[in-house]
Amino acid sequence: MCPIGPGPDRPEGEEATSTDAAFTALLEDSAEELYESAPCGYLSTLMDGTIAKINTTLLTWLGRSRDEVVGRMRFMDLLTAGGRIYHDTHFAPLLNMQGSISGIALDLRTADGGRLPALVSSVTKTDSGGRPLLIRTTVFDAGARRSYEQELLRERRVAEEARRQVEEDRARLQEALAVLQSSLLPAALPPVPGMEAASHYHTTSPDRLGGDFYDLFPLDGTRWAFFLGDVCGKGPQAAAVTSLTRYTLRAAALHDPDPVAALTTLNTVLHERYAMGDPRYCTTVFGVLEPVGDKVKVELASGGHPPALVLRQDGRADYLPTPGGLLVGILPTAPFTSARTVLAAGDTLLLYTDGLTEARIGEKRELFGDEALRDFAKGLPHTGAQQVVTALTGLLNSFGDGLDDDTALLALGVPTNRPHPANGTPT
Amino acid sequence: MDISSRNNVTVSGPEGGPVLLLAHGFGCDQNMWRLVAPVLAESFRVVQFDYVGSGRSDLTAWSEERYGALEGYARDVVEIVEALDLREVRFVGHSVSAMIGVLAAAAAPDRFASLIMIGPSPCYIDGPGYRGGFSAEDIDELLESLEANYLGWSAAMAPVIMGNPDRPELGEELTNSFCATDPAVARVFARTTFLSDTRGDLGTVSVPTLVLECSQDAIAPREVGAYVHAAIPGSRLVTLEATGHCPQLSAPEATAAAIVDFAGNRS
Repeated sequence: MCPIGPGPDRPEGEEATSTDAAFTALLEDSAEELYESAPCGYLSTLMDGTIAKINTTLLTWLGRSRDEVVGRMRFMDLLTAGGRIYHDTHFAPLLNMQGSISGIALDLRTADGGRLPALVSSVTKTDSGGRPLLIRTTVFDAGARRSYEQELLRERRVAEEARRQVEEDRARLQEALAVLQSSLLPAALPPVPGMEAASHYHTTSPDRLGGDFYDLFPLDGTRWAFFLGDVCGKGPQAAAVTSLTRYTLRAAALHDPDPVAALTTLNTVLHERYAMGDPRYCTTVFGVLEPVGDKVKVELASGGHPPALVLRQDGRADYLPTPGGLLVGILPTAPFTSARTVLAAGDTLLLYTDGLTEARIGEKRELFGDEALRDFAKGLPHTGAQQVVTALTGLLNSFGDGLDDDTALLALGVPTNRPHPANGTPT
Repeated sequence: MDISSRNNVTVSGPEGGPVLLLAHGFGCDQNMWRLVAPVLAESFRVVQFDYVGSGRSDLTAWSEERYGALEGYARDVVEIVEALDLREVRFVGHSVSAMIGVLAAAAAPDRFASLIMIGPSPCYIDGPGYRGGFSAEDIDELLESLEANYLGWSAAMAPVIMGNPDRPELGEELTNSFCATDPAVARVFARTTFLSDTRGDLGTVSVPTLVLECSQDAIAPREVGAYVHAAIPGSRLVTLEATGHCPQLSAPEATAAAIVDFAGNRS
């Protein structure tokens, strides 16, 4: 037996036959038919753009007859006016330079004035000598794709605008914060006869108001008051307490310059606020300077603040302890103790906030600490308050991101070569 | 800043020869001159460049403030002329660069010997008693076309376009890059070009001028060429049998011949 046709024992043969039939049908689909009814637009133009050939698909899309297009219109005539400029300034030069160009988004104008968003690709056909003969162009309907892309473009524009707005707002906020921050600090330190004063404020975050503060101001003809401190927390609420603290201390000092009395007044004011539900407190050192002869007497009191450091002319550096001073504002009554010292030529009193001593240094992120600060101070040439602050500013900068808190520095020193402004200029 | 690298200045042709400064228009870069530059360099010192923001120029030198006005582009031209100490310059400006050349020659009159304007238009938008060929809406459509075609280019092409002379393998990827520009830059250049009105500047031209137009140009139609020719006293008008806005690409031989003829006979 030699079965010719499909038998029940060869089911796969049956399949092969139906596939054959499909292939046959495909082969009968002539190249011309494929060209005319392809799911994309085809057109061929002369080098000047005159349309020489166009398929039925594209004519249908455009709503035009072959007669009104072939030999009568140029490819550019099918584009929108803006698209024509784009064609002449980008598409045509690129096609000329490269011999081909693909996937360019252009809008075609239909006969009824509508738009056909398309993706256009072209190649230049050349003769055997390489001279360009004609341009073959394929046009894909990109309507759905284009609306999606326009959606993306719109979103991108919105995002760009939002980013611009955010950057603008941020710059404005930073500017406002900088102004506000500087209003919490004296614009310049007043001159104190026979003394040199220097300060520095290190901001870790320009986006947030810091809570550190300091001041130096005259009490009467012979004495000056100073303070430096730190309100817990950051931001506008902390800044409000900083402002309150600063003006309270200034007013209290004029009323009674005794350091313990000034801190007690501040404690009363801050505690009232604390008890009202704003649990903010501060630590501060408040003191009075009294130049006497070529020395300066210092009396200061501390409320929970790191002790002042006294740098002596001979290279010693010692903390001036004020034991028992409580955080200012948390209790209705708080005990403060005062301490005294005398600064001679070459001595400097240094006040600082704990951003300095609590900086994290080295690979192990260890606390910088009181001991290291004292050792650093001992190694400094004791040439004056400004030099001390300059050296410490350099130290702060060297901490890099290990310094995560704002830091205030105030140095009050007696220069070794004291000027005598009272004597005036010799005549 | 080094002007030569800022504007990607390239020089060819005989040293000491008469200077032809070729300035590209809106769209592409100095590659637009590739078919005519070799011919011109046979008898001229040919200087080409990219405006800041185009081609391989230094994009960090771009600012909207400067390049939002044609005077900013004219400053590029004057700065190049001064940096290279070019004298007796025959300025060849394509498209918007024709008018940029007018502004540059007015700013540094002692440097320029003649102007060759290819497809010039002092105003693209129609107005009372003037036909530029476009409406304001048409220009919006152009901006749309620009945006639609940057979707694929902006992110992927930017590092390539910004110039990587030390990475020649990127040359393979340069398809379409002659005309690729940072979208923000292109938008500003397009607006500056097509919304400009420099008709009032044509009267300032005091050097011999050639107006070179194409017989079929949608961007600079023949009536605009006639307008420019009439507004510049003593100018010469030559119409090339060419279609499109870029005869230096579509009819390079005729374009080069017209440039050589005009620039070689006058100075």
